[in-house]
Amino acid sequence: MTVVRISDDALALACGADAVAAAFAAAGCTVERTSSWGMHWLEPLVEIDGQGFGPASPVDVAQILAGTSPTAIGAIAAHPFLARQQRLTFARAGRTRPLSLEDYAATGGWAGLHRARALGPALVVGEVIASGLRGRGGAGFPAGIKWQTVAGAPGARKYVVCNADEGDSGTFADRMLMEGDPFQLIEGMAIAAHATGSQRGYIYVRSEYPQAIAKLNAAIELSRGLVAPFALEVRVGAGAYVCGEETSLLNSLEGKRGEVRAKPPLPALEGLFGCPTVVNNVLTLAAVPHILREGGAEAYAALGMGRSKGTMPIQLAGNIRHGGLFETAFGISLGELVNEIGGGTASGRPVKAVQVGGPLGAYVPPAQFDLPFDYEAFAAADALIGHAGVVVFDDSADMGRMARFAMEFCAAESCGKCTPCRIGSTRGVELIDRIRRGGGQADPVGALPQMHNAPKAARTLEEDLALLEDLCETMQYGSLCALGGFTPYPVRSALRHWPEDFRKRKSGA
Amino acid sequence: MPDLDQIFDRHAGREGPLLPILHDVQEAFGCVSPEAERAIAQALNLSRAEVHGVVSFYHDFTAQPDPRPAVQLCRAEACQARGVEALVAAAQAAAGTSVRLSTVYCLGLCSSGPAARVGDRVHARLDEAALVRLIEDAR
Repeated sequence: MTVVRISDDALALACGADAVAAAFAAAGCTVERTSSWGMHWLEPLVEIDGQGFGPASPVDVAQILAGTSPTAIGAIAAHPFLARQQRLTFARAGRTRPLSLEDYAATGGWAGLHRARALGPALVVGEVIASGLRGRGGAGFPAGIKWQTVAGAPGARKYVVCNADEGDSGTFADRMLMEGDPFQLIEGMAIAAHATGSQRGYIYVRSEYPQAIAKLNAAIELSRGLVAPFALEVRVGAGAYVCGEETSLLNSLEGKRGEVRAKPPLPALEGLFGCPTVVNNVLTLAAVPHILREGGAEAYAALGMGRSKGTMPIQLAGNIRHGGLFETAFGISLGELVNEIGGGTASGRPVKAVQVGGPLGAYVPPAQFDLPFDYEAFAAADALIGHAGVVVFDDSADMGRMARFAMEFCAAESCGKCTPCRIGSTRGVELIDRIRRGGGQADPVGALPQMHNAPKAARTLEEDLALLEDLCETMQYGSLCALGGFTPYPVRSALRHWPEDFRKRKSGA
Repeated sequence: MPDLDQIFDRHAGREGPLLPILHDVQEAFGCVSPEAERAIAQALNLSRAEVHGVVSFYHDFTAQPDPRPAVQLCRAEACQARGVEALVAAAQAAAGTSVRLSTVYCLGLCSSGPAARVGDRVHARLDEAALVRLIEDAR
């Protein structure tokens, strides 16, 4: 009987994978639901004996089985998009059934945890430090140092918290990992717990990811005995973007408003319920099982460039022809990712900008496409890697509008605790609107009687632009967390590279 | 009608039980009403202000029930880059007053937008016709 493999990842489902699977079952095939290979433009991607067909719809089933389908792409594993990658965290993507303990164990699963238990906590922390693994959530803090701090912190109770509140637009690697390889995340958390002496773990998943929540719950149930005495639980977010910030996430887990906490104290010392807590992103924790395997740390540290070690699961998104998951060693250039691997825009028009690192990341023009994927190189160019989402825009994008959207998004999602973010974002929207209307208009807020120090006369366009720069500086340096602190990145980069998009338009927008 | 006490029992002994309880209440009653806030505050030994503060902070909790079918349309950057804004007028027209059309910032389908969510089902690669059909089918 023909065995047909089709992903049950949310993206495959959103593209109609269930209907395709049902059609193959109706044709008498055995259908296995696997994780996604990450070639999203080909989903639903059908695999029969290693050969791929995609994007497939139910009407293609007869032709695929007859071997005459024009959707054939040849051997999947040899596809150039996959052959150019270096997959460690996503080594199982497309190859295993997400909830099969048998598949997981057969592909090296639990080897890292077994070795970690044999090594003992101190040596485990040492290996994670040696690997050079840095937090994949955006801040890039060395994971091993954080673990060392938690391990050394006094406290009878300690926690491992996985930040799976992947709210950045253009990112989906956490989702794919949780839906496609949940045991790897669980193993990574169990290793972190062993290394730091933690008894309980929480995975905080956003409510926008129902499939990931279901898969994690099932996987936790199946692997309960394997990770014991470490106990794990999924907690579901409630639609607040700011809860991706670690201290806000901890407040949310405690049942409070998701407001950011001032640091110090660091969560590693006083985190969840005041106890020492490891807070790591999904991709950070999922990289750990590989690192803890025999020779894994050295192999990991040998990859990458500068202080950015190992591999990064990069997410190609937005207006891109070949979107999906591309895991590779640090150092690859942005141009290579967008033009060679991604195939340029889906619309066929020229690339105007890419936003790297989510809603708080800078817009990068094609002139800077030689920028290598490296935390320090991006920082030097006033940009951030963040969670490594790359969103491509074609030349129809209005960057003035995108800058306004950045402020609008910050205003909608601000937790409200600090003033630069809460009020600055709203003032930013108003200010960008005035600039885009040509400037020279009075500021209604400045005209209020209680605004003693504000100029009452209308500002010129140049003065408004200077005010926007001032506002961005205040937000960047005065905000408590990255939401208000990084919103200036998209705004300033748009203003710097596409000033014409902020000029008055003749009609509309 | 499910009982609030049953929901409290379900989460007894849990650390930080407020959010899981609120999710269950929202699911069971379609909202977290002022009466429910009062009962939750009592059960968890919190002030009503503390509970209300949490309820009003998160987008997922509402004070009033809305029995209309809900369609969430992603309008974050990646879907904007793929043209979602051009679909909004048609989507609003199709939704009218009988479907609750709301904006969500990111469903994690960023390579294949525009994307929408109806219940626990997600939909990608939407064009105007597909989105309008999705909204009409949700009614």
